Amino acid sequence: MAELQTKRPDAMKAIKANLQEYIVTYVFLALSVLFVIYSGRPLNDIFSQIMGRLSRNLFIVLALIIPIIAGMGINFAITIGAMAAQVGLMLAINFELRGMTGLLAAAGITLPLAAFFGFLIGSLLNKMKGQETIGSLILGYFANGAYQLLFLFIFGKIIPLSDKVTIIGATGVANTLNLMGEPDMYMVLDRVWSVPFTTALYGVSILLVLGSIALYLLKKMSLKKAVALSALAVITSLCVMLIPSVAQIVKGTRVPMATFVLVGLLCVFNVVIMRTRLGQKFRAVGQSRSVANASGINVNRTRLIAIMISTVLAGWGQIIFIQNLGTLQTYSAHEMVGLYAGAAILVGGASLNRATNTQAVVGCLLFHILFTVSQDAGKNLFGNANIGEFFRVFIAYGVIAVALVMHTWRSNQASKKSALQT
Amino acid sequence: MDYILEMNNIHKHYGESAVLRDVTLKVRPGEIHALLGENGAGKSTLMNILFGMPVIHATGGFKGEIRVAGQPVEIHSPQEAMKQGIGMVHQEFMLIPGFSITENIKLNREISHPNLVSRVLGHELESLDHTAMAKDARLSLDSVGVSIAEGTRVGGLPVGYMQFVEIAREIDKRGVRLLVFDEPTAVLTESEAEQLLKVMKSIADSGIAIIFITHRLNEVMAAADTVTVLRDGGLVGSRAIRETSLTEMAGMMIGRGDEGLNRVAQRQQPLSGKIALKVRDLVVDMPGESVRGLDLDVMEGEILGIGGLAGQGKVGLPNGVMGLYPARGSVTLFDEDLPLNAPRQALEAGLSMVSEDRRGVGLLLDESIEDNISFNAMQIKGSFFTGVGPLKIRSARQVREHAKKMIRDLDIRCTSPAQASGTLSGGNQQKVCIARALTMDPRFLFVSEPTRGIDIGAKALVLETLVKLNREYGLTIVMVSSELMELRSICDRIVIVAEGRVAGILQPDSPDTDFGLAMSGISTQEEQQR
Repeated sequence: MAELQTKRPDAMKAIKANLQEYIVTYVFLALSVLFVIYSGRPLNDIFSQIMGRLSRNLFIVLALIIPIIAGMGINFAITIGAMAAQVGLMLAINFELRGMTGLLAAAGITLPLAAFFGFLIGSLLNKMKGQETIGSLILGYFANGAYQLLFLFIFGKIIPLSDKVTIIGATGVANTLNLMGEPDMYMVLDRVWSVPFTTALYGVSILLVLGSIALYLLKKMSLKKAVALSALAVITSLCVMLIPSVAQIVKGTRVPMATFVLVGLLCVFNVVIMRTRLGQKFRAVGQSRSVANASGINVNRTRLIAIMISTVLAGWGQIIFIQNLGTLQTYSAHEMVGLYAGAAILVGGASLNRATNTQAVVGCLLFHILFTVSQDAGKNLFGNANIGEFFRVFIAYGVIAVALVMHTWRSNQASKKSALQT
Repeated sequence: MDYILEMNNIHKHYGESAVLRDVTLKVRPGEIHALLGENGAGKSTLMNILFGMPVIHATGGFKGEIRVAGQPVEIHSPQEAMKQGIGMVHQEFMLIPGFSITENIKLNREISHPNLVSRVLGHELESLDHTAMAKDARLSLDSVGVSIAEGTRVGGLPVGYMQFVEIAREIDKRGVRLLVFDEPTAVLTESEAEQLLKVMKSIADSGIAIIFITHRLNEVMAAADTVTVLRDGGLVGSRAIRETSLTEMAGMMIGRGDEGLNRVAQRQQPLSGKIALKVRDLVVDMPGESVRGLDLDVMEGEILGIGGLAGQGKVGLPNGVMGLYPARGSVTLFDEDLPLNAPRQALEAGLSMVSEDRRGVGLLLDESIEDNISFNAMQIKGSFFTGVGPLKIRSARQVREHAKKMIRDLDIRCTSPAQASGTLSGGNQQKVCIARALTMDPRFLFVSEPTRGIDIGAKALVLETLVKLNREYGLTIVMVSSELMELRSICDRIVIVAEGRVAGILQPDSPDTDFGLAMSGISTQEEQQR
């Protein structure tokens, strides 16, 4: 039988395909640059804010990847994972567990709670295959009601709580819980190991260079990729070291290394799990439920596991988020979690059936740049800060709507194409 | 051990109706055993029993005995069939496009080795051994004669290659002794099909038995060692290929002769000889029933039957001409060009159709009989409206009278014209569909599978109605049906469609073998030349 002819794709075509694929990302990139310019804020200030936002938001965004690969779309029900985390934090404060102990206790409580909620979410989503994205969104809203009931009535009235988390004379849990105090839970993770940005950059660069050399020598990485990675690391470091205006931007920004190490571990987890039996099942189920089923894979169970992992990770992500803020808005902190994380990963070029770590990181970065500067840019461009605020909400919902439409449009195109071939 | 598989005296009922009666199938190791039969002959039920599909056990199991390599076995699930060394190459590809060939071949049977995490959390988390998997995949690919790299993504492969990947996957399962190929050549090009037959032969030479389900008689002659023919759930017979012929097999497949044939009276006046509908090079993209370049002339005033096996495109023809599915080609109705992909224009031109999908496309089930009957005519022709000043409003009286007339003429059994059509029996629903088509005053009527799912008495009435419409009003009718007997009883001519094209135009009293050959895509002329 003749060998298949592998045609080298036309360079122009490749660029065009890339543009089509990542159109949303490029639009956001352009908007970000424009808004940064028009915000009139010093870059140094923006940079340090973005670093903070990335450190507290990335983990949750990365928690979305596994369900996407398992074909369940964007798991907006991570909101429920966040709720579980808030229960954990509240209980930790209630029992006067402070500092790192408190944080770990909260994470410990979150694990079984979020896993159980994930099981319920997954069971429900298994009954509405094909509608998971919208289903999980509504489920998040629904769970909010149950959450309010739990915190307003059941805690305090039925399950007694200490005065650490309640207000004397009022019903339910206080609407703001403070993580500061002795010892402090505020930024307890971030403060474990915090270094100036330059130090972090040089350290990571050295690791990258050494790592790519090692991987190349072990024949696990191509020469091209190793050189590219090393060059990127060296050039970035040199820029910061030698160009004063660049150095000025990063000056004063500190990097919470421990938090980023956790984010890094999650990235590695997302990659490594796909190389296991379980990961192979996620991918198979994501691409074709019927084929997976025919080869003996328990489709529902696989999807359940994906959602459970995602919900637990999101819960931990919420703990990272709240320790960075220092206060827990008991009744609202979870509300926008699913929406913003979903929007962020879509901005990065992910779709309802494909997502990577890189897309999550890039999307999170662009989304938060816009978030940070949109108010000031709105004020300077339109003379009204409210327009910037409006723009924030507009982009979050807008990008999700675009993604949903694109998904339907693409799958229609695909089915048309396959129909014409026969 | 003479036989690798014996299925002895298999009986199977679905509710009241027997779908398999005393069927016996015996397969020797290393032979290619063709299983031949029309749709509904019982081939798939027999295979479902062999694979222990849930549908069999949910409907009360079966009677009879299965022996694998001489040992009686009970197979309750496809997994158990797999353990007995019985594999299936599906007609629709069970492949994941985004995976490489290796990943597909090894799907859910991955080779993995333990790591730190998996020792704690179980073997689900073992790492995959891609090198070992690729090696196994290479071996099975080589044994089906495919040289393509095992790391290639399946998504971009030509259809023919996918079939080979499927086969490689079955072979990769250790201990395979019997492979079932379910219409494997249906989606292949001619040269791919030839290659496939070669591969099947080499698999058989290695000692694996093959059950080859097909309706292409040529391929049976070319590849099989033995053939077993089923008809209407019964065993017609088994033959060694050396001792049989195309014509004998075709006869065995159709073989009802004139028995039970209830031919209607010949028409009094001869046909005018004018062409009512001329179809040239029609291509219809209807999933599962695509038409690929069909030419057809329909004479004015005749009843033309369209037959053929399921999935060959006979249903695609009326749906394409009516504009219900994307189509291209040229269609002329009474010497006027008919635009395609435009249902409204088709209706306006005087075409009307009774759809095979009675409950889906045909009827608004919650609406009353009278509304269903009048709906199209109101929308397209503006009938049943009365002018009140500048407004046109629906005239309930006209609708009711017309519905009553139709109910009388077609003998629709109902309590009143206001009864919801969903509550009628299948036969009466079908008559409502016909009534609606007639309300359009069509010049040309398509009737697609008019007797599907309705009982025998109602069938006869529906057919009578069609004949009456034809004889009394001179309506030209094209009737599509899977039931050859039905076509032979009322049609003037019968067109057999195979693989999206006309395979033969036959007379109702043509011999069974001609019908059998045409259905498997061999035109009668071709056969005579041999």
